[in-house]
Amino acid sequence: MEKFEKLKSKVIPLPMTDVDTDLIIPAQFLTSISREGYGQNLFRRLRDNDPNFPFNLERFKNAAILVAGENFGCGSSREHAVWALAGAGIKVVIAPSFADIFFSNSAKNGLVLVTLPAAQVERMLVEAQAGEFEVTVDLESQSVTLPSGETFKFEFDQFRKHCILNGLDDIDYILSFKEKVAEFRAGQPTAVNCVQGEK
Amino acid sequence: MAGQAQGGSQIKADSKKSSVKEARSIVEKIWDSHVVTQLDGHPAIFAIDLMLIHEVTSAQAFQTLDAKGLKVFDPKRLLGTIDHSIPTRKNRWEIYDESAKAQVEALRKNCKNHGIPFLDFDKGQGIVHVVGPELGITQPGMTIVCGDSHTSTHGAFGALAFGIGTSEVGHVLATGCLLQQKPKSMRVEFKGKAGKGVYAKDIILRLIAEIGVGGATGHVIEYVGDAIRAMTMEERMTVCNMSIECGARAGLIAPDQVTFDYLNGKQHAPKGKAWDEAVAHWKTFVSDEGAHFDRQIEIDLSALKPMVTWGTNPGQGVQINQPIPAVKSLPDQEQGVAIRALEYTGLSEGSTMEGTPIDWAFVGSCTNGRIEDLRVAASILKGKKVKDTVTFYVVPGSEAVMEQAQKEGLPEIFEAAGAQFRMPGCSMCLAMNDDKVPEGKRCISSSNRNFVGRQGPGSITHLASPATVAASAIEGRIASAESYL
Ligand code: SF4
Repeated sequence: MEKFEKLKSKVIPLPMTDVDTDLIIPAQFLTSISREGYGQNLFRRLRDNDPNFPFNLERFKNAAILVAGENFGCGSSREHAVWALAGAGIKVVIAPSFADIFFSNSAKNGLVLVTLPAAQVERMLVEAQAGEFEVTVDLESQSVTLPSGETFKFEFDQFRKHCILNGLDDIDYILSFKEKVAEFRAGQPTAVNCVQGEK
Repeated sequence: MAGQAQGGSQIKADSKKSSVKEARSIVEKIWDSHVVTQLDGHPAIFAIDLMLIHEVTSAQAFQTLDAKGLKVFDPKRLLGTIDHSIPTRKNRWEIYDESAKAQVEALRKNCKNHGIPFLDFDKGQGIVHVVGPELGITQPGMTIVCGDSHTSTHGAFGALAFGIGTSEVGHVLATGCLLQQKPKSMRVEFKGKAGKGVYAKDIILRLIAEIGVGGATGHVIEYVGDAIRAMTMEERMTVCNMSIECGARAGLIAPDQVTFDYLNGKQHAPKGKAWDEAVAHWKTFVSDEGAHFDRQIEIDLSALKPMVTWGTNPGQGVQINQPIPAVKSLPDQEQGVAIRALEYTGLSEGSTMEGTPIDWAFVGSCTNGRIEDLRVAASILKGKKVKDTVTFYVVPGSEAVMEQAQKEGLPEIFEAAGAQFRMPGCSMCLAMNDDKVPEGKRCISSSNRNFVGRQGPGSITHLASPATVAASAIEGRIASAESYL
């Protein structure tokens, strides 16, 4: 996992609530067996149907911070949604709330999700739609700094912060407790005993 | 046996903790008995009893494993099958789509290489959430995960079951564990008795319409009430299945005699003395009197009519005979979504769903693709004809469901009515196999998601119960099944 510390970037606005993962990456693009190549189909349907969709506009090119409405990432558990965002260069998503599975998928890929109150998100959406709008997201100090110098503080899980700042992944963490896991499992029969498919 | 698998450790953990905290909910009981260890300020290392695997969300996880040179932690806690990207035509062994074929072959190979039980075509294949329960692998008190959000289905047995992403699939493959934060809990009580023509699907659609698609985010829902107790296991699965559609991490129901009767005799259920011990243990998975819930709500079912969705998320549903709500009457933040949804579905506020012409109909999916669903649809279609403007797919959730349907003569009823009875899989629930609703066409569907393009680019979906789907297919427009029952 890539480390993340601080990022200054243009903001790309997506003033929609309940953006689901089917919208982020439609199902027909999920048949690949690799993690690569999803970025080009990020929001494919919206991009195809609306020439003014932010991801089609030159002025938002290279923006790495996405700001959106509440319940971002709801629906399917597909991690492809996170891979598509990351593949398109998005490193931070700011919204008033996120769906659970999307939230944990993001953490596992170093995509930083910043939860801010609806009013602050709304303000950023308005400013980003109005013109060039660049902010700085600093994970260390848990803050978003606006061009005006104004700063919005956000909450962030300390363990996740540690992992993202240091590029650590969960497997290594769990494996460091290998003995405890083995002890826990000792003597437990397994869940699947015999299965038709093996005949 | 699987029932015993969790038995020992849970009983131990229970007695350790019971002095600390008295009244616990089912979620807390399962949580406490599966925390391997937890450091201050860190998530818990949480033991997973069973992981189901399918072709779409697993290949990259196996790659991670291989790249790290790790072995599968315990292949007998895993079960693989193919469902999402496969065709449902008769000659399904031949997959024309090259990338779907590569996915299926990758899963076959990964399961073989790692010694993971795998249900291939003609060997018990089916939708992950249909095969687990019917084999008796899904049992009370277990922790179950799958790279699929509708894993919540298994909660019907009093298991803590939730969807995870591909990275997490890798974590479970490698370690048998996940890093987890303790979820919040929510109690949903269904009051009153639902009337004729109202099914489990209508009840869960009603809840989602009430609390919205983000209404239960971060929570595990426990469903209670007489309506739940009166449900069969299959109906309970329909309810738990759609928990994720109101944002819940999982949904579950305390096991009772209905649960035990369902499991008794199933292939992987405990037998003999082990069965009695298992049942005694399973009975402990009820929420204690006075257990804490972070949220509680009640829903009255007595006046409920069949539900149909009008928009592009599962929360945008109404009773079949009631007007689509005025956009202005919705909470501010939902208005924009509602306007776009109506634009997409081509409907207008104030009109009723009943009578809306449809082009396609679908009975299937992990929500409503089980034998009872097929029976209801068949009972309505028997001796009737599907309107000639409607294409109707009936897709069993698994090979076992298909075989049972065949034994009961259901395929003949469907075919005589002009519906197609197809091979098992996710089919038209999501547009990533050959089964798609064409652009601009309107489908009434027993599946669980009506997102834009979910059933095919440009397609329009209205979610409903299998009964409503069957009645609508006959009339060629959205119709209540009441007069057919
Ligand atoms: S039937 Fe639909 S919801 Fe269920 S597992 Fe398949 S694609 Fe997912």
